[in-house]
Amino acid sequence: MLSLVAAGMAGCGSGRADVGTTLRNVSYDPTREFYQAFNRVFSEYWVGRGKGAVEVEQSHGGSGKQARSVIDGLETDVVTLALAYDIDAIAERAKLLPKDWQRRLPHNSCPYTSTIVFLVRQGNPKGIRGWNDLTRGGVQVITANPKTGGGARWNYLAAWGYALGESGGREAAAEEFVRALYLNVPVLDSGARGATTTFVQRGLGDVLLCWENEAYLARREFATEQLEMVSPAVSIQAEPPVALVDVRAEQRGNRAAAQAYLEYLYTTGGQTLARQHFFRPSVEPGESFAAMKLFTVEELEGGWAAAHQKHFRDNAIFDRIYRPGRSGG
Amino acid sequence: MARGNKNATIIPGFGLTLGVTVAWLSALVLVPLVLLFVRTTALSWPKFVEIVTDERAVASYKLTLGCALAAASLNAVMGSIIAWTLVRVEFPGRRLLDAVVDLPFALPTAVSGIALTAVYSRNGWIGQALGFPVAFTPLGIMVALTFIGLPFVVRTLQPAIEDLDPGVEEAAGILGASRMQTFFRVIAPALLPSLITGFALAFSRALGEYGSVIFISGNMPLRTEITPLLIVTKLEQFDYAGATALGAVQLTASFLMLFSINLVQWWTARKTGVR
Amino acid sequence: MKWRVLLVGLTVLFLSLFLLVPLAAILVEALRKGAGAYVRALLDPDAMVAIRLTLLCASIAVVASVIFGICAAWAVTRFRFPGKSLLLTFIDLPFAVSPVVAGLLMVLVFGGQGWLGPLHLGVLFATPGIILATIFVSFPFVARELIPLMQEQGTEEEEAALLLGASGWQTFVRITLPKIKWGLLYGVILANARAMGEFGAVSVVSGHIRGRTNTIPLHVEILYNEYNFVAAFAVASLLALLALATLGAKALLEWKLRRDAEAAQREAGA
Repeated sequence: MLSLVAAGMAGCGSGRADVGTTLRNVSYDPTREFYQAFNRVFSEYWVGRGKGAVEVEQSHGGSGKQARSVIDGLETDVVTLALAYDIDAIAERAKLLPKDWQRRLPHNSCPYTSTIVFLVRQGNPKGIRGWNDLTRGGVQVITANPKTGGGARWNYLAAWGYALGESGGREAAAEEFVRALYLNVPVLDSGARGATTTFVQRGLGDVLLCWENEAYLARREFATEQLEMVSPAVSIQAEPPVALVDVRAEQRGNRAAAQAYLEYLYTTGGQTLARQHFFRPSVEPGESFAAMKLFTVEELEGGWAAAHQKHFRDNAIFDRIYRPGRSGG
Repeated sequence: MARGNKNATIIPGFGLTLGVTVAWLSALVLVPLVLLFVRTTALSWPKFVEIVTDERAVASYKLTLGCALAAASLNAVMGSIIAWTLVRVEFPGRRLLDAVVDLPFALPTAVSGIALTAVYSRNGWIGQALGFPVAFTPLGIMVALTFIGLPFVVRTLQPAIEDLDPGVEEAAGILGASRMQTFFRVIAPALLPSLITGFALAFSRALGEYGSVIFISGNMPLRTEITPLLIVTKLEQFDYAGATALGAVQLTASFLMLFSINLVQWWTARKTGVR
Repeated sequence: MKWRVLLVGLTVLFLSLFLLVPLAAILVEALRKGAGAYVRALLDPDAMVAIRLTLLCASIAVVASVIFGICAAWAVTRFRFPGKSLLLTFIDLPFAVSPVVAGLLMVLVFGGQGWLGPLHLGVLFATPGIILATIFVSFPFVARELIPLMQEQGTEEEEAALLLGASGWQTFVRITLPKIKWGLLYGVILANARAMGEFGAVSVVSGHIRGRTNTIPLHVEILYNEYNFVAAFAVASLLALLALATLGAKALLEWKLRRDAEAAQREAGA
């Protein structure tokens, strides 16, 4: 009996010894299923190339918090976060990768993208079709606080960009529009999942602003609620980028494998998986998603640093427009 | 220095126990706190003042303080009743109720927040029955803070009640004391230190609570936004200095509050004469 | 009799409103997709790792809490020294520190740009950091239970024992320990519950690496955030059950203590 246990343990030990490489991927929240599948496929590919087995450890959490962990010393070979602003912070504050990291991989280092859509209740009782419907009186909009949830910053910028386009580039009009929209927000959750729960399970609000891929996930999880997805004609291209964390990958001796890992996201294998998990593949877009006119943060504000300064910094536009205490509501 | 002449006790272990206590506290509490304050010096004084006296920050202090105080007071009253009942009254289901008192500690705060919101929101089991909104109002914050603070009061009182000698109460009764007299003259003084401790702990825990509150509060700036949420807002912008500034304010407030409670307690203990 | 009914009624009502109904909500949510999904969520290998890590951290934190608690309570209640109220306040402070700030403190000390950062101690984002954070939030419990209790009890019996020639250790084990056993027990229960359930501070220092540095509360959060609500609540209900199990252990201990006491009484009578 004892020898059996010993043999079993030895077996385990040798099994682990076979794993030549252990990569670590620090990612944001709802990407687990995608990366679980992708890691398996990549491992097969890597073994197929005669490089030995590779195991990928995953870490998931809010995008900003994950970036802070990496800055504060969480060792990882690659990061796959929700917005470039968070990876910029790693480059700037911890100097773990060059500042021009986003130019190192195709499509602005975004192998897959998504967009911001609306989730409405069964039958779309308020007749929500586009952004303008969100500022109507009597429509309640649920979205997370862009200042505490990185993902929610895309929601805000989508509305801003839409209004800016509508008004022919007049920022005052855009500010008026987002002010009206956020006046319709009765509850400001601190993260995207909180907002989803508020909308679906608390029954609060008429429309939930969320990432397209998360709208699919929420509809699957709450199949009984019969939520409907509404894709506005215009929205923002949500770009969750990926990057090699040079300094750490080199320390861990994983640079080659980590680079290959990221590049594999751009191959047919990676792109197909991304589509299966409701992301829009960058290289092979296909036709499974609603046709929408999408603009980027780059086009809108010239990048995240500028967008942050203008909108989300303390006392910037978002703080200015969102003062429900003042409106007496 | 500490062994003054009024310290004429034959009980040993002063050096050892105090040494362990002080060393431990220094490593775990004191040094990190000092670092926190050092870190805030990265800010210039006017900038520090600007951050901590921002309109939203001040509104959040008032809200946090008010809700924490209300919750701790409710807990002090209800916690005493519950602790007494659980120790002294036999009734079916007593053990089960005793067991669930620890629930607020055992559950991850986020789960508590989601569960409370589910129960107290407009379409929730209790929220439906109430007829006035609880979730997403300051009242909701109070519910969450009451939830997380309850075990502090109950569990600090329970051992003290277990330790009361029913014989003394009986004796008081035999000697002609009324129920009220027995309570105020015999029971209350014996339980007071524990009750104050429980109240102070529930209160201070409530000041810093984050996880359970953010789900039920609705996080509306100026109205239902608690101070810890503002700290998180700063952190999300990688503004460590701003976050530490607010953290320092919150800690200083808690420290002063706890310190004055401990002083009062020490003073009453001396007045009533620690045996 | 009327008093009793009122007391029990109030207790049941309050605990129901604040504790039982939310607990029921969690169980309902956990079982929304049936018992199969519930069991699958608990048997998930990542969940098993989280359970093991949580039990490890909690047991270390409880031992730390007991050692510190007894030392602190002894020093505070048996001696007079200046600065006692200050010391007590520092003992209380971990309760008051927001979990958000507690995590920040750990980062300030051990983080890459922190005070001890250059030493590369491997504390943050690994098990030692999680254990430290758990100790931080739970260590004052035993001290906080014992201090009011020992203050109230006074020192006459200890002094008598010492005068009769007992050593300090003997006095503690034979005289003090039996008197404070309830407080100690409640302190342990609280420290344990808090240690197992702590989320905020641990969340900052864990790094959330699946199957490695996730504790049960972190595992719950991650499941919740990836739209796996049923599994999240299933794992959360496990934490509630663990707390109930601790209380079961307490009931057992109570029963044993009473039996021993009765046996001792009988012996004394005989």
